[in-house]
Amino acid sequence: MCRTVDLQQAVLARNDDSAQELRTELAARGTIAVNLLSSPGSGKTELLERELALARERGVPVAALTADLATENDALRLGRSGVPVKQVLTDGLCHLEAVMLRGHLDGWLPEEARLLFVENVGNLVCPASYDLGESLRVVLASVTEGEDKPLKYPTAFGLANLVLVTKTDLAAAVDFDQAAFLANVRRVNPGVEVVLTSARTGLAVGALLDRALAVLAGEPVHRPVMARPAGHAHQVPLVEHS
Amino acid sequence: MHEMSIALAVIEQVERAAVEHGARGVESVRLLVGELAGVVPQALDFCYELACADTVLAGSTLTVESVEGRARCADCGHEWAVGMPPDLGCPGCSGARVELLGGRELQILQVRWAADPVLARADQEG
Repeated sequence: MCRTVDLQQAVLARNDDSAQELRTELAARGTIAVNLLSSPGSGKTELLERELALARERGVPVAALTADLATENDALRLGRSGVPVKQVLTDGLCHLEAVMLRGHLDGWLPEEARLLFVENVGNLVCPASYDLGESLRVVLASVTEGEDKPLKYPTAFGLANLVLVTKTDLAAAVDFDQAAFLANVRRVNPGVEVVLTSARTGLAVGALLDRALAVLAGEPVHRPVMARPAGHAHQVPLVEHS
Repeated sequence: MHEMSIALAVIEQVERAAVEHGARGVESVRLLVGELAGVVPQALDFCYELACADTVLAGSTLTVESVEGRARCADCGHEWAVGMPPDLGCPGCSGARVELLGGRELQILQVRWAADPVLARADQEG
């Protein structure tokens, strides 16, 4: 028997394959998924609740799935919007994976839903590495978190198709340096759109829904540099050494 | 920390390869990890050792080869090391058509099976 084998396999190949399958399945039924990433307490649930309520008002069929390590608090909050909502408890896992998401959608995702919002576990590290089959990846950051978040979590911000700044009504109180934040975002993700929002004042509430609907309608999404590898690492046939 | 999920994914793939090759033990696994892959090598090492227990990989060593993040501007041809945190805007012309040459790798390169396959085969038959 040969002692070594060159596997040349992507470690997350199984997740990437499941994500691609899910994206295709969703597309076949005319649905896209929107993956929302942020740190805990960034105001993701608050903004999403407003966006879902707006979708319902406008008669846009949407659904939302929210993942947390524990508690059903977020599903209760999002459920107030009147759209179908599902809580997923990850039992301690810090991120969602495509296979998990697919399992939770089976038998639940309403046939008419055109947009599926997935509120990932509040964490800017781990969820960044897992494609969930989304067509739009959104990273949210609140003004209270500081301007250097994009530099501290470059993979999360670097792979975003859209960045939303939340709680901008608090910007003055926390001396948020907007220009520095924008420069940091552009450093890790040149060309990405950044939208300033406030769920409290209503500033740009609806931007998320509008962007998601545009993607659903086939408008191209921003492709981050980090998601644009020049030479793809293809899976090559096994090579054995003796 | 998602390094445990990554360690489990590595183990699963090596276990499958071990079955295909009739290997009874693993001596070492070589991984390629880009500096923009979002993986902490020390955390991965710790999780790998824990997760290998009671598998065909028990006792094996994990070697991580890191890959520097590099980018190239399609507009002006400038090529640079992006650093950490990465600077992905072209420092030459500020052009938007930048592509990543490397840095997001997360790949199993090579597996070395444990020695003495003859003995292993004899064990299996006996």
